[in-house]
Amino acid sequence: METDFTPIAALAGGALIGLASAVLMAVHGRIAGVTGILGGLLPTMRERDWGWRAAFILGLIAAPVAMALVTGEMPQIGVPVSTAALVIGGFIVGVGVTLGSGCTSGHGVCGMSRLSGRSIAATLTFMATTALTVFVVRHVVGG
Amino acid sequence: MARILTAFVIGLVFGTGIMVSGMANPAKVLNFFDFAGTWDPSLAFVMGGALVVTAIGYRLAFRMPHPLLSNRFAIPTRKDIDVRLLSGAGIFGIGWGLSGFCPGGLVPALGLGRSEPAVFFVALIAGILAVRVADMLRSRQRLAASS
Repeated sequence: METDFTPIAALAGGALIGLASAVLMAVHGRIAGVTGILGGLLPTMRERDWGWRAAFILGLIAAPVAMALVTGEMPQIGVPVSTAALVIGGFIVGVGVTLGSGCTSGHGVCGMSRLSGRSIAATLTFMATTALTVFVVRHVVGG
Repeated sequence: MARILTAFVIGLVFGTGIMVSGMANPAKVLNFFDFAGTWDPSLAFVMGGALVVTAIGYRLAFRMPHPLLSNRFAIPTRKDIDVRLLSGAGIFGIGWGLSGFCPGGLVPALGLGRSEPAVFFVALIAGILAVRVADMLRSRQRLAASS
């Protein structure tokens, strides 16, 4: 399935992600990593500061609804994979981001922008295995 | 109360950025990585925009003696690049490539009210808890062995 090249929306969205990440640091002193913020809410961690974490996650979930209130329609997405791929992929992502201490937001944006060696290494690694997986699924198995 | 309200608004801005950028859209994410097929380079612009703004914003933030609503900046201090970090990142990429969802893209997508993000979310939480439980069992074994 082809998708349109949308550099302006991508740049604007990226700038908003950056703005929110910078403000979270300035106001709360926290890394805007979704893995870490969400993970701290789960029962095995029992972080005492669950209030801001829950509020941030609720803000994320409310975003498409807020956009729909402004524009009059829900943003559209396409999910070109099977339910099995969602279940297996979801479990694998959960395992990976927990072992790797972060995901695209924590390592890819926040860690890389403060030149953390761990985050740069992690980001290069997951970008490579993601591209490799997409190649295998679409052109080796599915080709 | 100020902490809760500001965190909600920051989450709202972050989530809007995710939605506008296309990071919550598996069709676009998977095409970004599909160099040999229907390549869509948009996501490079997301990363570029986010990195520039965050890098500048962090520099300004770190000039303050402490965050506005907290007494310290909670910055990861580890520097070692170990097997756990790299294998975890590598495993994460396999799941991202299979599904097109990463945690930051997925959580805002939950608000769309569609079934696919919800299915992925349940599996994601199961994966996170599986590693935590395995870690707990291992440290308990180590304690038992040393006593």
